[in-house]
Amino acid sequence: MINKLLELIGNKTMALLREMGAVIIFCGQTFRWTFSRPFYLKNLLKQMEQIGVNSVPVVLTTAISTGMVLALQSYTGFKRFGAQSLIGAVVSLSMTRELGPVLTGLMVAGRAGASMAAELGTMRVTEQIDALYTLATNPMKYLVVPRFLASTIMMFFLSALGMYIGILGGYFVGVKVLGTNPTTYMNQSINNTTMSDIWYGLIKSLVFGAVVGLIGCYKGFNTEGGAEGVGKATTGAVVVSCMLILILDYFLSALLW
Amino acid sequence: MAMIEITNLCKGFGSHQVLRGVNLTVEKGESMTVIGGSGSGKSVLIKHIIGLLFPDRGEVKVDGEVLNNLDERGLNDVRKKFGMLFQGAALFDSLTVWENVGFGLKQHTKMSDKEIRDVTTQKLALVGLKGVEDKMPSDLSGGMKKRVGLARAIAMDPQIILYDEPTTGLDPITADAINDLIVDLRKKLGVTSVAITHDMFSAYKISDRIAMLYKGEIQETGTPDEIRGTSNPIVKQFITGSAVGPITAD
Repeated sequence: MINKLLELIGNKTMALLREMGAVIIFCGQTFRWTFSRPFYLKNLLKQMEQIGVNSVPVVLTTAISTGMVLALQSYTGFKRFGAQSLIGAVVSLSMTRELGPVLTGLMVAGRAGASMAAELGTMRVTEQIDALYTLATNPMKYLVVPRFLASTIMMFFLSALGMYIGILGGYFVGVKVLGTNPTTYMNQSINNTTMSDIWYGLIKSLVFGAVVGLIGCYKGFNTEGGAEGVGKATTGAVVVSCMLILILDYFLSALLW
Repeated sequence: MAMIEITNLCKGFGSHQVLRGVNLTVEKGESMTVIGGSGSGKSVLIKHIIGLLFPDRGEVKVDGEVLNNLDERGLNDVRKKFGMLFQGAALFDSLTVWENVGFGLKQHTKMSDKEIRDVTTQKLALVGLKGVEDKMPSDLSGGMKKRVGLARAIAMDPQIILYDEPTTGLDPITADAINDLIVDLRKKLGVTSVAITHDMFSAYKISDRIAMLYKGEIQETGTPDEIRGTSNPIVKQFITGSAVGPITAD
């Protein structure tokens, strides 16, 4: 009984270590091929459109909703201490340092990360990735690098957009719905938010973008089996990306304090 | 002169040993077909020939070069000598037919899109297709996909063509049309061919020599007539498609 339990724990641990090793090797190969010719600019632009431009509606909806709810909830709490004037600062700081990049990361992981894993997974099981090798084309360079770069670059811009729209949503609720003085709201927002707060958020977004791109591609690239395998890869890409974003968020927040 | 030389090729995945010392030589201009049941290691063997997999032991030599010793660039240079037709055609479903057929030319030559399109039209005509250049792979039937896959395989004028189950999943008439196409292309282009199949009708029609792979080893190699008249019970059972004999359905 104990032997079986130990064997099970050992097997699970070994499988986890093997998977981690494979992910690290995959990341290393992606970084290596990122800086070597040929560069597939057309693929990069196409992916920037698919990952970035096509994610704008979902990011806008999430950000504006979050900014508005944040203003509403902060007002309710702060009113008890007579500190309603601070909601501008709370919304701005929360959106730039935390909620902008994290929520954008989670949304893009759900939309674009899943799409990457499903597309590459289908290419794997239908031998399209093998076909690339036989046509003397490196699939890491042709498929993975453009997705990794596009995800990293576009997460930066999507997060900046999310921050801005979230703050606008907070302003709308704070000033137009709850009746806070607009000058006080803006002064609190501007005086309490520095450029470094914005940069911290944007640096986080770059890391989250890289995570979504790498995990989505890794899961898709290593898909096994048929339709079931593609389904597992897609789910795995979203779950692992979201968990990594949340875990890394703490460490990055501690690092960029 | 040998174009492909496989010596003592062994390959396993985990505890499962798939190839157990395969030895096979394919001469230049020859058409070799490897037959065998499902799970006999045919696909693993063909993937070694084009460097998609590498041996645990033994070696694969293509046109005098040992694939195990090559780096990425060297391997790609060898792969440019090949064209490969996949079982499901493996067309890139985000690209049109002409972009699929011209993919290799786009990647490895300085030809303009117009020149590539012209070559594509020629190659499609060789496999009996006209006016499909701008269609997407999802708009094609199974037989048409195979033809487009074949056009892509010959687009770079390869010295060797690999066929992975070329007739699987096709109706008998389309399958025979693909067989005729393979024979016809070999006559016109003079290429070396290696096919893997379990379709004996196809094997007899397209091959100069046939090799039977069973349990990771080559059981017998010979001309279609020699294989038809074999006394090896394993080969005999396979080519006659009998359920009774040394081969058991796993």
